[in-house]
Amino acid sequence: MSFMDYAPAPESTGILNLNEHYGLFINGKFVAGRGENFTSISPATEAPIATFSTTTEADVDVAVRAARSAYDSVWSKMSGADRGKYLFRIARLIQERSRELAVAETLDNGKPIKETRDVDIPLVAAWFFYYAGWADKLDFAGLGANPKSLGVAAQVIPWNFPLLMLAWKIAPALAAGNTVVLKPAETTPLTAMLFAEICQQADLPAGVVNIITGAGETGKSLVNHTDINKIAFTGSTAVGREIARAVAGTNTKLTLELGGKGANIVFDDAALDQAVEGIVSGIFFNQGHVCCAGSRLLVQENIHDEVMDRLKTRLSTLRLGDPLDKNTDIGAINSREQLDRITALAAQGESEGGERWSPVCDIPAKGFWFAPTVFTGVSPSNTIAREEIFGPVLSVMTFRTPAEAITKANNTPYGLSAGIWSEKGSRVLAVADKLRAGVIWANTFNKFDPASPFGGYKESGYGREGGLSGLAAYLEGGAA
Amino acid sequence: MSRLAVPKTYKLFIGGKFPRSESGRVYEVNSVAGEFVANAAQGSRKDMRDAVVAARTAQPGWSGATAYNRGQVLYRIAEVLEGRKAQFVEEIMLVEGSSAKEAAAQVDAAIDTWIWYAGWADKYTQVAGQANPVSGPYFNLSVPEPTGVVGAIAPQSSGSLLGLVATIAPILVSGNTVVVVPREDAPLTAISFAEVMATSDVPGGVVNVITGSPAELAPWMASHADINALDLAGAGNLDWASLQIAAAETLMRTLAPVEGIPASSLNRITAFTEVKSVWHTKSLI
Amino acid sequence: MRSIPAVSDLTAESLADFLRALPGVDAVGLEARAADLGTRSIKTSSKAWAIDTIIKLIDLTTLEGADTPGKVRTLVAKALVPDAGDLSTPTVAAVCVYGDMVATAVEALGDMHGDPDQGKVSVAAVATAFPSGRSSLAIKIADTQEAVAAGADEIDMVIDRGAFLSGDWWTVFQQIVAVKEACRRADGTHAHLKVILETGELVTYDNVRKASWLAMLAGGDFIKTSTGKVAPAATLPVTLLMLEAVRDWYAATGQRIGVKPAGGIKTTKDAIKYLVVVAETVGEEWLVPHLFRFGASSLLNDVLLQRQKLASGHYSSADYVTLD
Repeated sequence: MSFMDYAPAPESTGILNLNEHYGLFINGKFVAGRGENFTSISPATEAPIATFSTTTEADVDVAVRAARSAYDSVWSKMSGADRGKYLFRIARLIQERSRELAVAETLDNGKPIKETRDVDIPLVAAWFFYYAGWADKLDFAGLGANPKSLGVAAQVIPWNFPLLMLAWKIAPALAAGNTVVLKPAETTPLTAMLFAEICQQADLPAGVVNIITGAGETGKSLVNHTDINKIAFTGSTAVGREIARAVAGTNTKLTLELGGKGANIVFDDAALDQAVEGIVSGIFFNQGHVCCAGSRLLVQENIHDEVMDRLKTRLSTLRLGDPLDKNTDIGAINSREQLDRITALAAQGESEGGERWSPVCDIPAKGFWFAPTVFTGVSPSNTIAREEIFGPVLSVMTFRTPAEAITKANNTPYGLSAGIWSEKGSRVLAVADKLRAGVIWANTFNKFDPASPFGGYKESGYGREGGLSGLAAYLEGGAA
Repeated sequence: MSRLAVPKTYKLFIGGKFPRSESGRVYEVNSVAGEFVANAAQGSRKDMRDAVVAARTAQPGWSGATAYNRGQVLYRIAEVLEGRKAQFVEEIMLVEGSSAKEAAAQVDAAIDTWIWYAGWADKYTQVAGQANPVSGPYFNLSVPEPTGVVGAIAPQSSGSLLGLVATIAPILVSGNTVVVVPREDAPLTAISFAEVMATSDVPGGVVNVITGSPAELAPWMASHADINALDLAGAGNLDWASLQIAAAETLMRTLAPVEGIPASSLNRITAFTEVKSVWHTKSLI
Repeated sequence: MRSIPAVSDLTAESLADFLRALPGVDAVGLEARAADLGTRSIKTSSKAWAIDTIIKLIDLTTLEGADTPGKVRTLVAKALVPDAGDLSTPTVAAVCVYGDMVATAVEALGDMHGDPDQGKVSVAAVATAFPSGRSSLAIKIADTQEAVAAGADEIDMVIDRGAFLSGDWWTVFQQIVAVKEACRRADGTHAHLKVILETGELVTYDNVRKASWLAMLAGGDFIKTSTGKVAPAATLPVTLLMLEAVRDWYAATGQRIGVKPAGGIKTTKDAIKYLVVVAETVGEEWLVPHLFRFGASSLLNDVLLQRQKLASGHYSSADYVTLD
């Protein structure tokens, strides 16, 4: 036998106790939606998980009214200390139910259990803990004394980190004293509904958190609702642009976390083995379904071949398959639609002259899968060097000098993330200064923390989530 | 016998130079009573285009200067302005119809506002930046940085000098460069202020002044892909919703119109900054 | 890949240049990678294979001032029949003793003395003024020659950490070359040389990487983490780092060098993590006695308990394995 064909080590789904159908969570209760039901499937097997209600415009109105009423009568009047206690409760409940949430997330999203278990869910709990402590300290948020909450926040989140994105949205909004109506992505609504149960267990006042399910139309109804004070959106730049247009001329505050085409820059004095790991986590973490992915590898020309050799050797050890298996590194692509997009862009990469390489790996018969893929010989003008692919596809380019690396890294309408690999501290700091991106990882990549602001320059959006900036995004006033 | 005065030709201010509008257009600037005071250049979309190029070219140098240096350059402007107070008082009285006392008060306020902001240059990152205690062996700082090139519409019905200063000073503090459309019917102080900057230590292109019609120029700003942010302070009477819609195409940051003069605030500085979080591994070995 | 200078071509300067040109190590990234590999879940058939493999890779060790011939004979008996209750249990790779106990160990092994890749048990001797290495080169050579003459198949030498830390890499290098020569037998074969870096005293990962390359350049057949007398002894990140050096050496020369983490590996769970790190860094062809060893004493009994659990389906007790 081959030792590295590790015997299956599946995480049990026995811990789940799912309903066959989930309604909308409005005003503290699960209620039926007026739209048609839709089914969420497991992208790894295409097996149905549960059905969910589509929220109509009328339902959206009910949800926003519930949030407004809860804001006016309860949440905006509650002391910060008490709001914080509710958030602490939620954080604890998430920790208690972390195994269940990890399994549910992996089932619904297709990402490996080791990621939901070790990254997503621990960060969800951390996010609530961090912002819980802010609730009674808003005077220190940098906005002067007595900053005010905004009111009702409409929040629309993507499918790549379903529960984590929910936490990024809900935790700071509630800490600052706002109430929310949140719409998860239509392919990953499951953990949001489990979160709704957690709100019930925490005895959170009705209407403070409302969760409505549905596709783009529901999201549109929500952000266009006239009684919204704040919109927070994470998703595509195209939709972000639409929302920015929709709020033009109003006082609605807007935070947008949009696309990216992050440059991961490897200098010839880098710690090479760690750089290779950073390249791998930069683009293959979460199947590359990461807005801040290091999808453009800029490697100094004099070490290009050596880095590629090491990278290819390393990629050959990646394990693609059942996301519930604890040894799986690469899970399923979230949807057929996304798979088609990745497939088409990769084909274009080939037709434009990129040299395509993937490690040998067995693709399961059912479900949506895409082997880790590296394109070498990519030119900055190629489609795969410009467009966000949002999949496990790395475009490799070279540079000769630090100045050229910086210019190439910045040569994109996006500006979300970048990586720098060098053992020379002075160079790292100077390059970090000159990169036009909101998050710079030096000698690491794809690290997240509730204390650290995250967000983009240019067309990657505006506003920040996380840290003090993430709190300020849900506050106004003060006398600064 | 009284001496025949030499009237000034008011031109644009682009890249540290004073060109006429490429369009060849001028418009009359009149006193409150309707008497002709001077011709001002009627800036065009191509002037705007040239100004953005100048602003973009100047931006890396301005933001790359040390904060201390930027603060000194900005302070120098206030010094020069103080020395030329009389000229501004005269222009304000002539065009805005202010009394000598009101005009002097406006110039004083403009100088004081400028100094207030100049002092922020080497402080705003300390107040608006953070050291983040992340859970792991990482050094993590969040620092606000200039957004880049900012377009601005100065207040159109308040004091022309003070409105201009209160609009552009917070933009410049962090290292942005600016293309500003001053008060349309009272543009003289803006061009005289440009002369102050030209004789201070401000690098060419850091501030660019396009006199003319905000209604004509603002849409070109809002749709310009090389402008990173738009200050609509004085755009209250324009169709600013449409400007924001145009700005959305490139996710240009916009700051909504204000009534009167924008109040001095740190928020006006940080509105034109981007927070950058930098992570670095940290270990003893 | 970098080109590797021949031993005879090296000078103090060129050796220093070579070692300084090695890429650095980012401690955080290295430790994160080791921790990530440590999360592999090895179950059922993979676990059974892993358990037998661990036993086959153990250098069963006794290195005490109080060692006696009786103690060594007991160790040999355990090496040959680790679990009297289950004779399908494999033998360990080697017994590891002080030089003066080699003859006793060889005698006790009898016919079973031999190549662990052929299912026999080797005798490894620590030498060169183990564990401190603080003696003259002449004594180190004599120490080595005596152990080889007494029948040692493998010599576990220590490097001069003082010389290494003072920047005198050339002395360290020359001593390894000399000891390697001392491993030569009359018939021209030579005892396998394991070079102990004592990573707990080198402290930094950059030092460990340099020392690994230095030892390989000087002709070491194995690089070994620790004497077991200094804390920390073997760690997963240090072993990963040494495996990376071995991997790169193989890519440059086609020559496979062995790795031996020693000290501090006490549980099956920990040992399995090392197997995973080996398999995913240099490939599972390294999981054979002449390329990978565990230097351990108490590890064997924990592995035997786990083996009994797998066979019987219920948890065992320390009373069901022999102490030594």
